Amino acid sequence: MAQAPALPTGFELPLEPRLPRIGSVDQVAVEARATDLSRRSIKREAKLFALDLAVRMMDLTTLEGADTAGKVAALASKAVRPDPSDASIPSVAAVCVYPNLVQTARERVGDSGVKVASVATAFPSGQSPTDLKVAEARRVVELGADEVDMVIDRGAFLAGRYAKVYDEIVQVKEAIGETHLKVILEVGELGTYDNVRRASLLAIAAGADFIKTSTGKLSSSATLPVTLVMLEAIRDVFEETGRRVGMKPAGGIRNAKQAVQTLVVVHETLGLDWLTPDLFRFGASSLLNDVLMQIRKQKTGRYQSPDYFTID
Amino acid sequence: MAELEQRGDRAPVPSKWEYESAPESREIVTLEERYGLFVGGEFVEPRSGEYYKTIDPSSEELLAEIPQAGAEDVAFAVGTARAAFEDGWSAAAPAERAKYLYRIARILQERSREFAVLESLNGGKPIRESRDVDLPLAAAHFFYYAGWADKLEYAFPHRRPKPLGVAGQIIPWNFPLLMLAWKIAPALAAGNTVVLKPAETTPLSALLFCDVLRQAELPPGVVNIVTGDGATGAALVKSDVDKIAFTGSTEVGKAIQRELAGTGKKLTLELGGKAANIIFDDCALDQAVEGIVNGIYFNQGHVCCAGSRLLVQESIYEPLIEKLKRRLTTLRVGDPLDKNTDVGAINSRQQLEKIEELVAAGKEEGAEIYQPPCRLPEKGYWFAPTVFTNVAQSYRIAQEEIFGPVLSVLTFRTPDEALEKANNTPYGLSAGVWTEKGSRILWMAQRLEAGVIWANTYNRFDPASPFGGYKESGFGREGGRHGLEPYLDFDGAEAFGG
Repeated sequence: MAQAPALPTGFELPLEPRLPRIGSVDQVAVEARATDLSRRSIKREAKLFALDLAVRMMDLTTLEGADTAGKVAALASKAVRPDPSDASIPSVAAVCVYPNLVQTARERVGDSGVKVASVATAFPSGQSPTDLKVAEARRVVELGADEVDMVIDRGAFLAGRYAKVYDEIVQVKEAIGETHLKVILEVGELGTYDNVRRASLLAIAAGADFIKTSTGKLSSSATLPVTLVMLEAIRDVFEETGRRVGMKPAGGIRNAKQAVQTLVVVHETLGLDWLTPDLFRFGASSLLNDVLMQIRKQKTGRYQSPDYFTID
Repeated sequence: MAELEQRGDRAPVPSKWEYESAPESREIVTLEERYGLFVGGEFVEPRSGEYYKTIDPSSEELLAEIPQAGAEDVAFAVGTARAAFEDGWSAAAPAERAKYLYRIARILQERSREFAVLESLNGGKPIRESRDVDLPLAAAHFFYYAGWADKLEYAFPHRRPKPLGVAGQIIPWNFPLLMLAWKIAPALAAGNTVVLKPAETTPLSALLFCDVLRQAELPPGVVNIVTGDGATGAALVKSDVDKIAFTGSTEVGKAIQRELAGTGKKLTLELGGKAANIIFDDCALDQAVEGIVNGIYFNQGHVCCAGSRLLVQESIYEPLIEKLKRRLTTLRVGDPLDKNTDVGAINSRQQLEKIEELVAAGKEEGAEIYQPPCRLPEKGYWFAPTVFTNVAQSYRIAQEEIFGPVLSVLTFRTPDEALEKANNTPYGLSAGVWTEKGSRILWMAQRLEAGVIWANTYNRFDPASPFGGYKESGFGREGGRHGLEPYLDFDGAEAFGG
């Protein structure tokens, strides 16, 4: 009897009822949907709820060559107590810094519950040998980081070497153990929504706890349609496997209105379960003050001078 | 503020996030208690002496009293339009006609909020749609045809286009102002005068439009508006007009065609539909779900080209239906004037009863019904977004036009089967094809018997794009250069040998 030819390794068909679907994204339609969602009118209590949530979800970030211990200490203090004049304002979720400043941040946030996130793996380009990237990720955990924000190798991704991208994420995940892993896709360099979807699924398959849009170093970053595409990938994974992966848009979200719009997209794409810092974060530096200003506006009915909000 | 719920060792998640109501203000609209017929640039009392009430279908609140024009009123309006045609409008310089159309377009843009609120108030459609779809498109139609008014010779080279005379136009209640624009803009651009009858349930935006005509200083009698029910429409069909343009049900369209047979009056009909929205397994799934939702729940499904028959390739049936059901739970049904409302009120009690009747038939025939949990207001006419699965081609809900937020889902295995099922209907107005494969889009589009075919999108309109049907969905095209043709005579045709 003739024998069916064996499939090459990695091409065995799964035993599920269907073939796995990578799927695709229609650019026009996804942008139209994002525009529709951005037109939701969120007012009064509903807005206050979103703004408070935005603060609790924030990864307050400084990633500059000029960062110093002084700068990071100020930022970390702000993270713990964003508005000293209003005790009802919660702490943010985390501070996000370069590896050299992890210890400073760690000392400053203390036991406040604010996490310290560190970028790693040759941030922002990712253009370094894999062993150096893995070592860097391991090292930042030793330095006290609770969360690691790694970048994918876009060079490899765009060259079609998905396996390399995948392997690197697996190795980093292995190196940092239980530490929370966010994988930065740098969507601005991926070129298409199809690529954003593919990279999202790849990172999730490799073990990402969160997928994150951008490094913040490009002008094109966390747009609403990109966020929607990534949330839809997360939803597909959840529906197929029950696994909950988090999402972090970063870069480009500068004002409270954008943050509220983003939360509407999360709410209507993934539901209430994702409206928690465990599964959703904002990576931002200038967003916090605008959110604080809007909260005070909602509470008092008046806008106050920016001078009443500290610059850190 | 929402309560937080503790779930195991995870951070707490909120138990709810209700968007507060965000109603568009009604203040901008001033309603008369009682309106007149708009004839010869003036509001006149109907000679019939009869009036009927128009309401807000979301609350059943009385809005105004509207004249019920009789045959004498219609004859008066048509005579006035005839006089206006002969006394100057037909001889006016084409650029003059363009000037008025441009003015109307700009005034519609300036007063768009007022019109949008009125449209939602009288028709029940969400303000989001009247604001973002109806009004911009209505203005765009006037702009578009304004551009053609002095270029008819170029639109139809060597054919010497001439206006017909008086056009009688009868429009439906689903897009009151937009259908008015579709009708009036090409008629005026081509040099005709008009008597238009808005739908019985939605006359208010057409009556407010009369104010725009005055503001634009359009010569009196060029556009006349007569209101009333089907009897008024029938009187207009029988009157001394040169052309009838009708948008509405296939049943009435057939009656009109019988009435006009042998009279020499020109006719265009844009009638019902039961469009197939065809989903292939390689499509962008999440965006297809948006397209399905937009295809059938847009304007509560009161859309003649609505994607009411969903044909899904069996290999993606399950994930697609799961996604669709989940998406339906996020649709916000309620106050049409709330900016966050996705699905508004059913236009009339009569329409609601028709929907309920067909939905009951669907259940009885054995289809499986799904409706997301939603609270419908107590007053007014409402119907929850509905999906029927396990639908057979022979069921009434797969054959008849429901004209409501009700989707019938069927499956197919191959492109040939999809095509066969899609074309197996007396209608042929529109169709949708969802696939990443460009060659398959073209293959399907060449074979689908429908006037409008959308690929990877649905319910998109543009004034430059002709719209109209095959088979029992009617004939003639509206929009584009094609939309001018039904309003013109071509006496040069003989000179050039046809």
